[in-house]
Amino acid sequence: MSAGPVERPPGEAGGGSAAPASPRALAWRRRRHSLGRFWAGYRGNRAGLAGLAGLAVFVLIALCAPLLIGPADLSLTDAPGGPHEPPSAAYPLGTDNYGRSILDLVIWGSRVSLTVGFLATLMCVGLGTLVGIVAGHYGGFGSTVLMRITDWVLVLPALVLAVAFAAVMGQGTVTIILAIGLTAWPTTARLVRAQTLAVEARPYIDRAKALGGGHGHVMTRHVLPNVMPIVLAQTTLTVAESIIMESTMAFLGLGDPNTLSWGGTLQEARNAGAVSSGLWWHLLPPGLAIVLVALAFTLCGRAIEGVLNPRLRERR
Amino acid sequence: MSTGGNDAAQRTNFLAVEDLSVTYRTGSGDVPAVRGVDLAVAPGTKLGVAGESGCGKSTIALALLRLLPSTARMSGRILLDGEDVLTMKWGRLRAVRWAGASIVFQGAMHSLNAVRRIGDQIAEPILLHEQRTPAEVRTRVSALLEQVGLPQQRAAAYPHELSGGQRQRVMIAMALACNPRLIIADEPTTALDVMIQAQILRLISGLVSDHGISMLMISHDLSVLADTCDRLAVMYAGRVVEEGAAHEVFSTPRHPYSEALSAAFPRIGDPASRRRPRGLPGDPPDPAALPAGCSFRPRCPAAQDRCAETDPALWRAGAERRAACVHVLSDEQAVELGVPPAPAAPSAAPPDRPANGADPAQPEEIR
Amino acid sequence: MTAQTGPDPATRDDAGDRAVPGGAAAPVLSAEGLEVRFKGRGDRGVARAVDGVHLDVRAGEIIALVGESGCGKTTLARTLLGLERPTDGRVTFEGRPLSYTGKALKAYRRRAQLVLQDPSGSLNPRHVVYDAVAEGLRIHYGVTADEKAKVADALARAGLRPPERFFLRYPHELSGGQRQRVVIAGALVLDPEVIVADEPVASLDASVRGEILALLLRLRDDLGLSALVVTHDLGLAWNIADRVAVMYLGRVVESGTVEEVLTAPRHPYTQALLSVLPEGGVAERVVLTGEPPDPTRVPGGCRFHARCQILASGEADRAGIADRCRGEDPGVLPAGSDSHLAACHYAALGEPAGT
Repeated sequence: MSAGPVERPPGEAGGGSAAPASPRALAWRRRRHSLGRFWAGYRGNRAGLAGLAGLAVFVLIALCAPLLIGPADLSLTDAPGGPHEPPSAAYPLGTDNYGRSILDLVIWGSRVSLTVGFLATLMCVGLGTLVGIVAGHYGGFGSTVLMRITDWVLVLPALVLAVAFAAVMGQGTVTIILAIGLTAWPTTARLVRAQTLAVEARPYIDRAKALGGGHGHVMTRHVLPNVMPIVLAQTTLTVAESIIMESTMAFLGLGDPNTLSWGGTLQEARNAGAVSSGLWWHLLPPGLAIVLVALAFTLCGRAIEGVLNPRLRERR
Repeated sequence: MSTGGNDAAQRTNFLAVEDLSVTYRTGSGDVPAVRGVDLAVAPGTKLGVAGESGCGKSTIALALLRLLPSTARMSGRILLDGEDVLTMKWGRLRAVRWAGASIVFQGAMHSLNAVRRIGDQIAEPILLHEQRTPAEVRTRVSALLEQVGLPQQRAAAYPHELSGGQRQRVMIAMALACNPRLIIADEPTTALDVMIQAQILRLISGLVSDHGISMLMISHDLSVLADTCDRLAVMYAGRVVEEGAAHEVFSTPRHPYSEALSAAFPRIGDPASRRRPRGLPGDPPDPAALPAGCSFRPRCPAAQDRCAETDPALWRAGAERRAACVHVLSDEQAVELGVPPAPAAPSAAPPDRPANGADPAQPEEIR
Repeated sequence: MTAQTGPDPATRDDAGDRAVPGGAAAPVLSAEGLEVRFKGRGDRGVARAVDGVHLDVRAGEIIALVGESGCGKTTLARTLLGLERPTDGRVTFEGRPLSYTGKALKAYRRRAQLVLQDPSGSLNPRHVVYDAVAEGLRIHYGVTADEKAKVADALARAGLRPPERFFLRYPHELSGGQRQRVVIAGALVLDPEVIVADEPVASLDASVRGEILALLLRLRDDLGLSALVVTHDLGLAWNIADRVAVMYLGRVVESGTVEEVLTAPRHPYTQALLSVLPEGGVAERVVLTGEPPDPTRVPGGCRFHARCQILASGEADRAGIADRCRGEDPGVLPAGSDSHLAACHYAALGEPAGT
């Protein structure tokens, strides 16, 4: 056997260039490379780009909110405007029953909504991934018990459970995060378990075991990277759900009365009779904000799914 | 099959592929998969097409019934019983797909519908294309199952209840359902054990000769084709590089590629292959970037300088044999065709070449 | 813990010097009366996938385990690597029985490596070549300074040159033959003593097949690797193996050197397998009917008797052994013998059976 196989023209991986110094440098080059490929795929999805742009705008607004709005603007007692002023040049979206600018309320509310959305998602996706991989990898009796618990939580009405949590733990943002995190994980767990089972049936798992790899090795080096795309897509979808859930809970009066959120603003509008008296500017902006953020996350999630779904990718 | 009356047979070929080219249009340009292929199958005979994956052999199988995806562009002619498949009307094509020719694919598990009983799947084309009563169809299905060596009660089974060999038998029964005159078998025994492979090959050969069906069999295993078929065409990078009577191509290959394929499956008991597995270094060329000259040159153990300049055509390499390699040319022929002559140094002579292979004009190879 | 003490090169030389009665090298890896049974689903009985096998893999030897799918050859290979636990009997490595504690298994798996049939499946699609090859090193030694040199060396030995060009390739960017070379490099990187290859070339093209087999042969010659190659392809055995064991329904039914078994087979099953090879040159083909029988229902007597052509043709009857074929188990073939053995009553009569 003479020379090495004849090669196709060197791929983007960068064929014959000088060998990099260390495995670490190699790893970085590889990561940059795969990130570049991911971005190239993502760029082709127009809806995903729109979602990403929307998301960037919302995050930017949330981060810059303290620069735009002073504490006096949001004060209940000495709000700048009169109650329920319709949109005008001074108050582009009108004012609420205390005389605060609705625009300021929506901008400030994005901070709580996004924070809750991200933290709750982190919690439920982390929990779901852990349960899913462990149940899928080990199998047997323990796995059965784990999945029965998952099913049980899955069929519980999440809102009722969240209300019960809030009742036990008292109102507040942390309660809402916990309530969402502890009720929304089963969907992720089931998805991850299904994918784990599929990955575990592949021959490279056998190879890893035969190389001497233990449970931890197989789960972290082989199963996790292969369930990550699903988890990532699921994460962005869950953020949207969490934000809606947070708004719902705030709307039902389970949120912290001292923090401003979109759901809380909606609740105040309802209490102030905005529905019956046709004060559309009080209702519409926070509602639209919720819809837009949820939409942006969903678009991103779908786009990521499309890029990373191995079945779509294998077709190249 | 090196019988006389060759010209007469040529005219009455059941299948004649003439200068067929297939090009796939992709995002990064055109990829030629098949580049000017001629094939002919006389009625009641079996033609084997050999080659490794990516050489275009499966593309040909699909092109014969116009089953290629819409990104493929075809040119040339495919004459099935005198009619050109490529210009055929849609309705006529449908009729041809069932009654004229049918395909047995490899990987029977994926080609069968997992949630339908195999009896129903065999009956489907009969119900679609022939006016028959349900009772008649049932009788026909039982008869077909019996022909392929399965008990007729198996009609009620689902694909997953059958073994690999049995599923392949079902595929053959489906192919036979509408009494086709040509069967195209694409790797019919790949992934089957030797014993099951022998059963299936024996079954196919028997059916083909009993019913006078023509067959085109595609495989990467030259020994299987040599054993089953009358004639053999070896493909490389979208072209036929050698053609001839099956046993002769297998036992005395003229093209270095055929030789490598032939040597890949050793004859047991042959001391030459004991502890000496033989293969070809390298990979088949990227069809989008074929090397200049002979496309086999980068992997060829007998390549010469002139191979880079000459794109060999299928030259005569003995009686009823042709090979696309400059080594089959005599010096005079080379001059006549404008091919640079062979280098004088004897070291450049191709190894392991049969001594009588130097002069294609000598018909001494045929019995 | 028992399986792992001495340093690798020492044990290898040692094994080469030691001799067993009969003059052959000592076995590196052996199956001793190995049985593996699986509980069937639903009303299906217990499947006797491996049903009493003695088998030795000696130092520096390539042994081919040949049989049809479903005969238990893959289960036997997996059991030898500790991926399945035997129901009865034991696996020994360098004379010591394999221990199934986590630590001992891990140590064993540094020295015995697996190469699977489907190279596309046995590489994680999300790992580049470098990671796939370095995986074994990281499992056993963590990230080390000489990792890159070792990976490059293993890739080069597996015929991927220059190795640096392949580091950052993903499996789908490689051809089938290159993928199998990557899998082999991943096994070589740990300097194993034994490689168990399950159908290493079955899913590869004909032209690549010879290259991979030549690689295995060269590794044996250069590195003194022992190998057990599981295959249904007798030509493969002829190409590279020193000894061959033919398996039928969970048992080794014939064993001996490749020359003996493949040119003068004694068991009717081996004779049938050889006769159906395309272009095999055998005048009369024995195409056995039906599928190999179900390991949940192993027939009594000789397990091959229901498909045996010698019995069916009445030859066994004339020899007066038909009753024994149907009623008496010809027994389990011993390992470690250098002679040509066949578990067949007819062959035991001392005549050269059939051909």
